[in-house]
Amino acid sequence: MKEIYLDHAATTKPLSKVVETVADVMLNLYGNPSSLHKKGIEAETIIKKSNQFIAQAIGCSPDEIIYTSGGTESNNTAIIGTSYAYKRRGQKIITSSMEHPSVLETFKYLQTQGFEVCIIGVNKQGYIDVEALKEAIDDKTILVSLMHVNNEIGTVQAVDEIGELIKHKNKDTLFHVDAVQSFSKVPLHVKRAKIDLLSISAHKFYGPRGVGLLYKSKQVRMHPLMYGGGQQKEIRPGTENTPGIAGMYEACQYVTSHTSLIANYSSCKEHLAAGILSSIPDTFINGPPINEGAPHILNIGFKNVRAEVLLHALEQKGIYVSSGSACSSNKKSYSHTLAAIGNKKEDYDNAIRFSFGKDTTLQNINDTLSVLREEVALLRRYTLGGKHI
Amino acid sequence: MKKVFLVKYGEIAIKGKNRYLFENKLVAIIKTSLNELGYFSVKKEQGRIMVEPSEDTNTDAQIIINKLSRIFGIVGVAIGSKEEEISIEAIKRLAYAHMEKECLHKTLTFKVATRRADKRFPLNSMEINAQIGDYLLDEFAGKVKVDVHNPDVLLTIELRNGTYVYSTTYKGAGGMPYGTNGKATLLLSGGIDSPVAGWMTAKRGVEIDAVYFHSPPYTSERAKEKVIELGKKIAQYTGSMNIHVVPFTEIQMTIYEKCPHIQLTLIMRRIMFRIAEKIAIANGSMALITGESIGQVASQTMQSLVVTDSVVTMPVFRPLIGFDKEEIVQISKKIDTYETSILPFEDCCTIFVPKHPEIKPRLYIIERSEEILQDTIEDMIDTAIAEMEIIQVI
Repeated sequence: MKEIYLDHAATTKPLSKVVETVADVMLNLYGNPSSLHKKGIEAETIIKKSNQFIAQAIGCSPDEIIYTSGGTESNNTAIIGTSYAYKRRGQKIITSSMEHPSVLETFKYLQTQGFEVCIIGVNKQGYIDVEALKEAIDDKTILVSLMHVNNEIGTVQAVDEIGELIKHKNKDTLFHVDAVQSFSKVPLHVKRAKIDLLSISAHKFYGPRGVGLLYKSKQVRMHPLMYGGGQQKEIRPGTENTPGIAGMYEACQYVTSHTSLIANYSSCKEHLAAGILSSIPDTFINGPPINEGAPHILNIGFKNVRAEVLLHALEQKGIYVSSGSACSSNKKSYSHTLAAIGNKKEDYDNAIRFSFGKDTTLQNINDTLSVLREEVALLRRYTLGGKHI
Repeated sequence: MKKVFLVKYGEIAIKGKNRYLFENKLVAIIKTSLNELGYFSVKKEQGRIMVEPSEDTNTDAQIIINKLSRIFGIVGVAIGSKEEEISIEAIKRLAYAHMEKECLHKTLTFKVATRRADKRFPLNSMEINAQIGDYLLDEFAGKVKVDVHNPDVLLTIELRNGTYVYSTTYKGAGGMPYGTNGKATLLLSGGIDSPVAGWMTAKRGVEIDAVYFHSPPYTSERAKEKVIELGKKIAQYTGSMNIHVVPFTEIQMTIYEKCPHIQLTLIMRRIMFRIAEKIAIANGSMALITGESIGQVASQTMQSLVVTDSVVTMPVFRPLIGFDKEEIVQISKKIDTYETSILPFEDCCTIFVPKHPEIKPRLYIIERSEEILQDTIEDMIDTAIAEMEIIQVI
C-alpha cells in the first residue's frame, strides 16, 4: 500500500541530508563546544555558522539565538523567563484563546503565581480581536504572546500590524510569537514585526526532533528556567546539542533555498479543498478562506462523521491525517481551537486536518479525494448513537 | 549459611492423593518464572518449596519476592537462611546473624517460634524457643526484649533436611497453581472488568486464552495495543497468554443495517459469544469468562445475561457477578491493570451503542430479529475466525 502522509503539521520526515549531517556530527565532531581544544572549537564553529545563517533567515543578529529542545521549551522559556524578569514593572500578561497548549498551560501556571492573565478571543476564522487587544494593553502589561500560524486551522495572524500596535500602546510591552508552524511557510522578519521573542522547532521543517530555538532580542532581560554551566548566556545552560543544531541548520538551509515549496503546499491545499467541497456534501472549512490561511494547513469539517473514525478509515488506506491536534489524541477532549472559533458542539468532533509537505503531489491529493468520497459516504450510513426505528 | 526463599502454599497442602500433582506443577511454574532472574534450585519439602539461588546469582531479593508472590498457588514467601547442619549451634548461628541485621539501628521486641518437621531432634519446639530466646537476650542485651503477644520480629526456626531461620513473610497471590484446573476463554475488552475477571479465574488454576473483537476503523490500532498491554499484565501472573484478535467490523455493520437498533448491543454480544465459543472449542477450553456484573449496564441486566447465554452451550463464568464497580476497581489497581484500562481509546462496545438500549429483552423477540441474518451470519462468523490474528503475550 502506498503511503500518503498528510500530517506535516504534526511532524515532518527529516531530509536524508539532515540525517547524514546529524550522524556525521555525532561520529566526527563530537567535541564539547565549551572545550578549549580543537575538538571543542570544531563543535563551536558549527553553532556559530548556524547562528549566522538562522539570524539572517529571521532578521536578527547571530547572538540573539538560543537553542532549546523544541517549541514547548522555547515557549515556556520565553513566557516564564520574561514574566519573572519584569514582574516589578507589571503583572499583566496577554495571550489568545487559540494558542498551543505549551503557551496556554504556561499562562495558567503563571496565573497561579499571581500574574494577571488576559485572554483575547478570536473570530470565526481564527483572527484575534485586535480591538480587544488594543484595549487590554495597559502600562502594567509586560508581555503579549501570540502564535503566527495556528496549528489546527492555519490562521495567519497579522503579526507586523500587531507588533506595531503593541509598541504603539506600550513601548515596553514585549511581543512573543510562536512561529513553530509558520517558519519557512509564511514570511516573517522579527525586527520589522517588532518581535522580541520567537519560538521555532526543527522537526516541523524536515529537521531532527528534540531541537528548536528561541530568538531573544538583546534588549530583553530574562530569568533562566534552569541553572548550570553558563552556556548560551546562562539562559539555557547545558552542553549544546551540536548534532541537533547542525541538523536544524541543514534543514533551514534547505527550506530557505527552496521557496517553491510554498507554491506546492498551496496548490495541494487548494486542490484538496476544492475537491472536497465540490464533491462531498455537508463539508465546510474550519478557519480562514483557502487563500488567506497558511499554505500547508487545511481543516475540514465533515458533518455526521466522527473525525477519529474517519482518521482510522483513511489510515487503513495508507493515508495519514490528524483529527484536531496530534497532542490531544490521547485525551478525550475536543479541540480548544475549534471551541475558540465558536464551532457548535456537534462540530467539535468532525474536523480533519490535512497538512502538506515537500513530497506531497497532486496525484496524492487525487488519491486522497477518491478514498475520502468513498469512506465518508460509507461512514455516514452508520451514524452514531443509533437511529430510531 | 545460605540464602533461601521459603515458599508456603496454602490449600493444595490439604489435597489428598493428588497433592503431588499440584506440588509438581507449582515447582515447575516457579522454575520457569525464575529462569530470567538467574540460577535457582527449587525443591519440594514437606509443606514448603525451597528456592535457593546459586552462588553466582546476585538478583535483588525483593525482585525475587515480587516474582514469586505473583505465582498462583503461593500464599506466602519468606526470605531466610539455611545451614545443612541440624544442631542447636547451627540454630544459634543463624538466629544471631538474623537478629544482628534486624536490630542494627533500633531496639525491638521479638518472639521465637519453632517448627520441627524432623521430630528426631532431641529438644522439642518449646525447649528450642526457650533456649534460643535466652541466647538472643544475652547476646543482644539492652537492644532486644521478648514480647510473645505482639513482637516486632517473629523469628521462625524450621528444622527439616537442614536448619532454616526467617522472620518476615510476604503475602503471595493465593489460589491454585496455574494450569491445574482446565482451560477457559476470556472475552477481553479494553475496559476495567474483563482483565479482573480473567485474573480471578486464572487464580483458581484455570489456564486462560483471550478473545478480543477488533472493529477498525471504529476501534483504532491504539485500542488494540491497549488490549495487548492488558494481556501482558495478566501474563505477569499466568506466564503467557494467547489473544485472539477477531475482525468484527463487517458483522457489526450488518447488524446495524438489518436489525432493530435498540437490540444492537444484545445481538452483537450474542454473536460475540458464538464466535468465542467456536474459538474456545478449537483451543481446548471448557468455558467462557466475561467481566459482567449484574445490572452494571443495559447488556448486563438479568434478562440480557439470560438472552446472551442461551446462544451458547458452554458454561459462561462471570466471577464479578456480585461485585460493585468500586470493588472491581480495587482489584484492578491491585493487579496493575487499572491504569491501562482507563486509557481513553474506543473499544468496540462503546461504538454502535443505541441511545435507549433494550434492558428487558425476551429471547423470542431477539431470535426473531436475528432471523434476517440467518443466511449470511454463519459465513461471516467463519470468515471472521479464519481472518483472526493470534498474538501470544508474555
